[in-house]
Amino acid sequence: MAKLILSMDNLVLKEISLDKERTTIGRKAHNDIQIDNLAISGEHAVIVTILNDSFLEDLNSTNGTFVNGQRAQKHFLQNNDVIELGKYRLKYVKEAAQPGSQTDFEKTMVLRSDMMRKAVEQADGKLAEAAPAMMAPVNLAPPIHAAPPPPVAPAAVHVSAAPPQAPPVAATPEPEPAPSPAPTLAVPPAEAADVVLGAIQVLTGSNAGRTLDLVKSLTTLGKPSVQVAVLTRRPHSYFLTHVEGAKFPLVNGTAIGTQAHELKSHDIIELAGVKMEFFIKA
Amino acid sequence: MEIIDFSNAIEMVTCTDSGRVRAHNEDSVLVNPQFGLAVLADGMGGYNAGEVASGMATTVLGSELLTAFKNRSPHEVNANGQTWVREVLIDVVGRTNAAIHTAAQTHSKFTGMGTTLVMVQFFDNRIAVAHVGDSRLYRLRDNTLKRLTRDHSLLQEQIDSGMITPEQARYSMNKNLVTRGLGVEMTVDTEVNEYEALPGDIYLLCSDGLNDMVEDDEIAATMSALSSNLPMCATQLVQKANDNGGRDNVSVILARIKEPFPALNASGGWKGHLRSWFK
Repeated sequence: MAKLILSMDNLVLKEISLDKERTTIGRKAHNDIQIDNLAISGEHAVIVTILNDSFLEDLNSTNGTFVNGQRAQKHFLQNNDVIELGKYRLKYVKEAAQPGSQTDFEKTMVLRSDMMRKAVEQADGKLAEAAPAMMAPVNLAPPIHAAPPPPVAPAAVHVSAAPPQAPPVAATPEPEPAPSPAPTLAVPPAEAADVVLGAIQVLTGSNAGRTLDLVKSLTTLGKPSVQVAVLTRRPHSYFLTHVEGAKFPLVNGTAIGTQAHELKSHDIIELAGVKMEFFIKA
Repeated sequence: MEIIDFSNAIEMVTCTDSGRVRAHNEDSVLVNPQFGLAVLADGMGGYNAGEVASGMATTVLGSELLTAFKNRSPHEVNANGQTWVREVLIDVVGRTNAAIHTAAQTHSKFTGMGTTLVMVQFFDNRIAVAHVGDSRLYRLRDNTLKRLTRDHSLLQEQIDSGMITPEQARYSMNKNLVTRGLGVEMTVDTEVNEYEALPGDIYLLCSDGLNDMVEDDEIAATMSALSSNLPMCATQLVQKANDNGGRDNVSVILARIKEPFPALNASGGWKGHLRSWFK
């Protein structure tokens, strides 16, 4: 669960868990976080928490709400964001889920319609309005339809209706430790220090002498509808694979067939009558 | 009436993998190239109940649809102005939903199971896509990738209402919450849309294990580069998801339109068809 750490002049005053759907901040006593200071408006700002995400909204305060030094009207809070109101600072800290529970929690779950209504009401802009008199706090437990964890080891369940039909096709990599439960980014894990960069140098033909850095994850080589192969960049190495054409590409004089072929530095590739050398730059 | 064999006009391949974190593969895929049908389901719930739900979805849909177009063609229009395929898809998905829901209610092991669904029926130079949840359909046309389905998810609702931007959505922790699923309740709200299909189009059906791990740009680049080799393209997409972490099961179905596939009786039954010959 996420929390806020309230401080002034680097002195920590309080820690507040964001366990409610709406956490209000202001000078007046009815606020969840009351800051009794004239620079703070009566109702200054609100933090709306929907399951794992929290949104900060300024309630048209006189002196404004700042996030990481920028004035903010509405802001989707990220771990370690610093909210400033007058001389007060609120640091937003989102604790990573337990390693064990993480995988379970990330599984797709259905949000039941009753929960949905709440979320949609908020999404419809109600969060901008003054807080309704008494709003029931949202239950932060995972949605009802997340099935409970299995109590015992899986005893084979027989289903006559449907054998799951999913023969694996891709080469399944050997099991590796689960990656850290860090943010669910769609972005590929950025270039790690040990990522290799390869290049090819054309040895024959009209482009002889030209070098091409293999920065992209896929580089196609050859002539469409004659002979095409693709160089794929994977975390630690490069692979050459035949895509189309009657003839397979040659690596060091040997045809590679239909399988992906891992390249070593200084391998000689021959494709559509052109020779080129693959090498690792760094 | 005659049933058209689509296998010359449309090439289909599938690839599914449990990914690098999960022990089970809860996704199910089914293609029937003769019939022009592709179905992908991403199951959820209890240990192998997710596999059961998605497996039921693909199996039941695959068999029920075979009979649905025996007497009427998908493109025929009803009195209410709707195509027959639309009516059939809503009906068949509804019955599949009820079957999964009943199984979930009857067997305690399956309590709470459900599944997403994205399926495409090809007919008369068009496609009908039915979907529930956050499995997606994309189309690559002229090297441009376009998403044809809108997720039924909390995140999509938040994006639509302007609460967060698509850019911020990548960092959301609420990715995994779908607002509709098969088997969750007794009835289901199935979204059906129809699009024109052109030769050269490549359709991609995928579970969120692909689009959560691989950016749309990267998907587009891969599909464009490998469009001449569909099986390799499918393997490559799955491998890319795994190289990026493979946090979820990942499944893809690719379907490429090789040539037009008009309905046989488009001009009014076999007589009309004959007439058009002699014009």
